[in-house]
Amino acid sequence: MIDIATLPRVMRVLVIEDDRDVAQYLVKGLKEAGHVVDHAGDGKAGLTMAIGEGYDVMVVDRMLPGLDGLTIVKALRASDNHTPVLILSALGEVDERVRGLSAGGDDYLVKPFAFVELLARLEALMRRQQPAAAQTSLRVADLELDLLSRTVKRAGQTLDLQPREFQLLEFLMRHAGQVVTRTMLLEKVWDYHFDPQTNVIDVHISRLRQKIDKSFGRPLLHTIRGAGYSLRAAP
Amino acid sequence: MRLLRLLRTSTFRLALIYVALFGGSVLILLGFIYWATAGYIARQTDETIAADITGLAEQYRQRGLDGLATTITQRVARNPQGSTIYLLAEPGFRRIAGNIDRWPPVPQDSDGWLTFTVQDRESARGEAYQARARHFVLSGDFNLLVGRDVQERRALQELIVESLAWGLAITLALALVGGLLMSWSMVQRIEAINRTSQEIMQGELARRIPTTGTGDDFDQLAHNLNSMLDQIESLMAGIRQISDNIAHDLRSPLMRLRSRIELARQPQPDAEQHRALIDAIAAEADTLLSIFSALLRIAEIEAGNRRAGFANVDLSAVARDAAELYEPVAQDQHQTFEARIEPEVHVHGDRHLLSQALTNLIDNAIKYTPEGGTIQVELRGAADGADLTVADTGPGVPPEYRDRVLQRFFRLEASRSTPGSGLGLSLVAAVAKLHNAELKLLDNHPGLRAVLSFRALPRS
Repeated sequence: MIDIATLPRVMRVLVIEDDRDVAQYLVKGLKEAGHVVDHAGDGKAGLTMAIGEGYDVMVVDRMLPGLDGLTIVKALRASDNHTPVLILSALGEVDERVRGLSAGGDDYLVKPFAFVELLARLEALMRRQQPAAAQTSLRVADLELDLLSRTVKRAGQTLDLQPREFQLLEFLMRHAGQVVTRTMLLEKVWDYHFDPQTNVIDVHISRLRQKIDKSFGRPLLHTIRGAGYSLRAAP
Repeated sequence: MRLLRLLRTSTFRLALIYVALFGGSVLILLGFIYWATAGYIARQTDETIAADITGLAEQYRQRGLDGLATTITQRVARNPQGSTIYLLAEPGFRRIAGNIDRWPPVPQDSDGWLTFTVQDRESARGEAYQARARHFVLSGDFNLLVGRDVQERRALQELIVESLAWGLAITLALALVGGLLMSWSMVQRIEAINRTSQEIMQGELARRIPTTGTGDDFDQLAHNLNSMLDQIESLMAGIRQISDNIAHDLRSPLMRLRSRIELARQPQPDAEQHRALIDAIAAEADTLLSIFSALLRIAEIEAGNRRAGFANVDLSAVARDAAELYEPVAQDQHQTFEARIEPEVHVHGDRHLLSQALTNLIDNAIKYTPEGGTIQVELRGAADGADLTVADTGPGVPPEYRDRVLQRFFRLEASRSTPGSGLGLSLVAAVAKLHNAELKLLDNHPGLRAVLSFRALPRS
């Protein structure tokens, strides 16, 4: 049983983006979040840096002068480099190839995006990199989720969750301590790659909160203003 | 100038080719006529002469030279004006009997035929005439010449040739004039199309190609081109309408955004208030971005590229997921949510788009239905497709607006108090069209009943 550490970890991030403003915005934001950031302005320089240096995670624009984003990822994978990559793509450019990448262990984000969304996704990618170590259960404080029997207990008391609520909680627990956005939940839990007009996620979160937090003194599921949610022991 | 252009046209060139072909055929036909008429006359003459010679040679064999000479003299005497020429001559070509004085001094062909001019026989006409004769050598090397006056025959032949030549000339002239007239009328029709195209290119978009009303192929072409132009014009009007709407609908949020930024620029005494203002600005920008995303997505769907990714979709699962996602939302608003979903209903399509269309319909239903109302999601399989229905007990859509609510940015309430961009149903309509499904907006007595009818296309 692993109680996933909630300590923030410094990431080494490579940003390959030709748009100066977007690049500046990303570099500044990531640095402020305490990460180490390098930037490449075109595909070739980006690929060289990606191969030469050891990065924890990369942000790659889909359309780049020289080499395009998908080619860079392909070249990296061919040289046995499995650094997680987040593809940035303009709306019209999201096609099946980009979506296929997310299935292969990486993620994509459509421009324009909120910075919190990007940060949350990078942290999620990092987390996924950690070996899952054949986990059979997840734990955050006194909340326990058994992946085999598909049961949830808090303070030893069994909670009755619907299958989707179980999936939602599992995702939140796998990313305990991180910020998880509404879009991420829609994509990973419901497999919806669009934003419904109503904030349906809020309703589901509040139902889940009713079940896991209400009759217990210390809340675990927190709303992060302007970003999403986070499941953690500390407030 | 005009004529020069006419001569350059493809129709005129075609007419020329036609004239050449037709002229060639007429020439062959006339050649046959000549062979059948003038040629026949000539052959007839030759055959008569040959028969005459055979008769005279028989005379010679039976009655000797004297007998033959007598016969010839008698024949000549009997018919001095006759058109037959006889001459019997010694081996040295000296005249024995006949109606010409001497052996004609012209060479003969291999069959013994001679053609010559008879000068001085006491004929009625008293003038020279053409004759054709055959030389026959009798035993004892006596020479017999039997011929015919072919003056008349020649004249007749010439007449025939002349008539035929005129016939050919007239045919060619008529064909040429016909070709010119034909090309000219074609050029007129094509000119009309060209002229109209140029006028349209110069901005007179309402111009249409005139038709003659005969329903011929040119009229059909003109009709098709006109229909095409109508279609383009209506599409352009649609685009104009959409861009007008976009400009109009984006102006107010942009204005609000701007005034809020203006407000945030002023020094704020309260940090918390300032923060709230910044949040409101960010939310306003997000709304604008989501409108743009929705517009781009609709445009992407309408472009039809997504059809390449079509696969078999479990519509039952899509409906179950959407119902499960929205049921708590409806319950929170004290609405009754009913889902009747038939299992194992499949359609050919894009799962993500179908999900989005369905959630848009459910979203609308929940948004416009008052507390205590009912939302129904129903999926029924049919032999050749499926019907996906979302019904509510809200205010519904009056029949006269049911087409217009599918347009971008169209919203029923002028006040626009309910949140939304007016793009939700446009997206549903675009997804329906992409899937060849029919989107029907019906009366639910009360409320709206939106039905997506999927029907498999007949296999082509």
